[in-house]
Amino acid sequence: MLFFVEVVISGLTAGVMYALVALGFVLIFKASGVFNFAQGVLALFAGLTLHGLLTGTVPFVHTVNPAWAMPAWLAILTTIAIMILLAIVWERLVLANLVNQEHIILFMATLGLAYVLEGAGDIIWGSDVKVLDLGLPQGASDYFLDTFNLYVEKLELFAAATAGVLVVVLALFFNKTRIGRALRAVADDHQAALSVGISLRTIWVIVWSVAGIVALVAGIMWGAKSGIQFSLSLIALKALPVLILGGFTSIPGAIVGGLIIGVGEKIAEVYMGPYVGGAIENWFAYMLALVFLLFRPQGLFGEKIIERV
Amino acid sequence: MAISRWLTGLAAGIVAATLGAGTLAAYELTIPFFSYRTGPYAPNGIPVANGWHDYFTLLNERDGGINGVKVNVVECETGYNTKKGVECYEKVKNRGESGALIIQPLSTGITYQLIPKASVDKIPIHSMGYGRTSAANGRVFKWVFNFPATYWSQASALIKYIGDREGGMANLKGKKIYLVYHNSAYGKEPIRTLEALSKKHGFVFKGLPVDHPGQEQKATWLQIRRERPDWVLMWGWGVMNQVAIKEAASIRFPMDRFIGVWWSGSENDVKPAGAAAKGYLSGTFHQPGADFPVHKDILKYVYDRGKAIDPSFRPRVGEVLYNRGLVGAMWAAEAIRKAMEIHGTKKVRGEHVRDGLEALEVDEARLKELGFGGFTVPIKITCANHEGPGLVAVQQWDGKQWKIVSKFYEPDREIVDALIKEDSEKYAKENNITPRDCK
Repeated sequence: MLFFVEVVISGLTAGVMYALVALGFVLIFKASGVFNFAQGVLALFAGLTLHGLLTGTVPFVHTVNPAWAMPAWLAILTTIAIMILLAIVWERLVLANLVNQEHIILFMATLGLAYVLEGAGDIIWGSDVKVLDLGLPQGASDYFLDTFNLYVEKLELFAAATAGVLVVVLALFFNKTRIGRALRAVADDHQAALSVGISLRTIWVIVWSVAGIVALVAGIMWGAKSGIQFSLSLIALKALPVLILGGFTSIPGAIVGGLIIGVGEKIAEVYMGPYVGGAIENWFAYMLALVFLLFRPQGLFGEKIIERV
Repeated sequence: MAISRWLTGLAAGIVAATLGAGTLAAYELTIPFFSYRTGPYAPNGIPVANGWHDYFTLLNERDGGINGVKVNVVECETGYNTKKGVECYEKVKNRGESGALIIQPLSTGITYQLIPKASVDKIPIHSMGYGRTSAANGRVFKWVFNFPATYWSQASALIKYIGDREGGMANLKGKKIYLVYHNSAYGKEPIRTLEALSKKHGFVFKGLPVDHPGQEQKATWLQIRRERPDWVLMWGWGVMNQVAIKEAASIRFPMDRFIGVWWSGSENDVKPAGAAAKGYLSGTFHQPGADFPVHKDILKYVYDRGKAIDPSFRPRVGEVLYNRGLVGAMWAAEAIRKAMEIHGTKKVRGEHVRDGLEALEVDEARLKELGFGGFTVPIKITCANHEGPGLVAVQQWDGKQWKIVSKFYEPDREIVDALIKEDSEKYAKENNITPRDCK
């Protein structure tokens, strides 16, 4: 029984890590109806930039120059500023030219962004594995291990608390601020929002900036877990079943979807895996999401689309 | 008529210019390298590629090439993707006047795809310590070499090391030895050997696969925590290694009972885990560090002259995977030298280098001459034995650097040779290959 509890807890905490990535997708999709293929790479780029600033790595040369090193708080703030700048450049150079284009065109643009950012990250910061030392808690929780013989990762508990704070902040931002209301208006109807004076371009910059900040949080958590490296961009694949299950437009959906996928895949791997050769958690997550789709095509919390014909 | 005369003249001019250029240009030895400097496996691919490049640059800068013939390293990016690897092969096989002289695919999956092509194109493959293990049988695999040791030899050597640590092979009976492996052709390679060894020594063996890229392994390590194996072996690559070492530390699995394959034992693999990785073990066939004459020459002739492929890599010269690139390049260069000697020409081609590989003998004295004294195992390749000595040592991460902490173990020939024979003969039968007579 204790082992089952451990499996469930590790599934929940892994699910939170997936949800952190899924949140970024939801933000962009909510505001523009576009699936942002580059979200995983945004997390990688943010992580690379943060590490570079923390350690004083000279951009493009990759050698470490300690004179450039920044304290963690300043490095995080500077990375946030860089992610906002990236959102502005992205909007000015690409999105501004794609207003009123089909969603598939915008999706293709995000595909291009993913490759550009991955290449840029490599050129600017180098491809080696980077150890992200922000002093985050690491290893198993001694309290749970010694008191209950329960294995719980401290980093993942911290990630869960961070995700909780992030969801509350995002919910307040979307529901209680003028910008948040404008974002929701744009998400509901671009034309109507434009007609009442909401600037679509400003909204895009804001939403991409927020997605960049969420990507930084995901990059920090995943980077602290395995080091900042280019496989981080693949964490987007872990977020996909979460989105399918939770719905592409719901922030709580990303969290609940992440938890269900996390627990589902861990139980499947531990209890079903040995009978089918193991390594099933990746495809099991997608299968679980597809089963949900059969009953709720819009996902658990997604908006039901009703079209008059 | 005037136009046709003009066109004929133009064509003749182009042909003459081409021929002229051919005779004027110096003959170069084309040596491809299949690298992965991008993608999830780049952190491991880059050091190996840099080591390979830097050694040939050293030969060009210090010695004017191999026996005075310059080397042209042609790098092709595979991203550790088998399909791209095959494309790379097609792209480079006829490159330059010499054509590709030797292929180092740096991927077991790519090696498997190239094995049937090598004999057709007459280009030898050196899958150094990876690839298809049964290619060690030179009677069947004429064009493939996997010295200095195979995965099966390594698996058996690691079991011998465990036996030593347990106080004798007899004490392995009833012990639990698990394998955490990359769910790919590469990761599955040692399973047959470990199954055979478990029958021989009476230990319990269990394999736990991890899907690419291996960023999430919690379920695997929960099973290890529950079942408490005595030892865990790992056949991992890339981020899988780093996550596994961190997970092992988290569940408080003793690091000095966790042994990685030689592709799971680099600085990249242990540094993200920090102090928790201290004590972690891995297989190896060469020394870590930059304290050898060859490294001093590389810094002097390559980095100081600004000729390095990646100048920012200078502080990392001597890392485990960099040294692996170096040692692979050294053996390739020696095989080319041997081919020149056997065939009495400096204009060698792939088929000549194959002969050079099959007659390759790099003993300790020669290693010393090359600046590699005490760096790696002496090797002697023959027609029948493409694996060479099969010797494997164990190195340990002390928190700051890798150090070899064991003797070099002989593989369990009784098990490994039987498996090689069985698998290579099956391959020969399936592919209508008549094994060569190597007397």
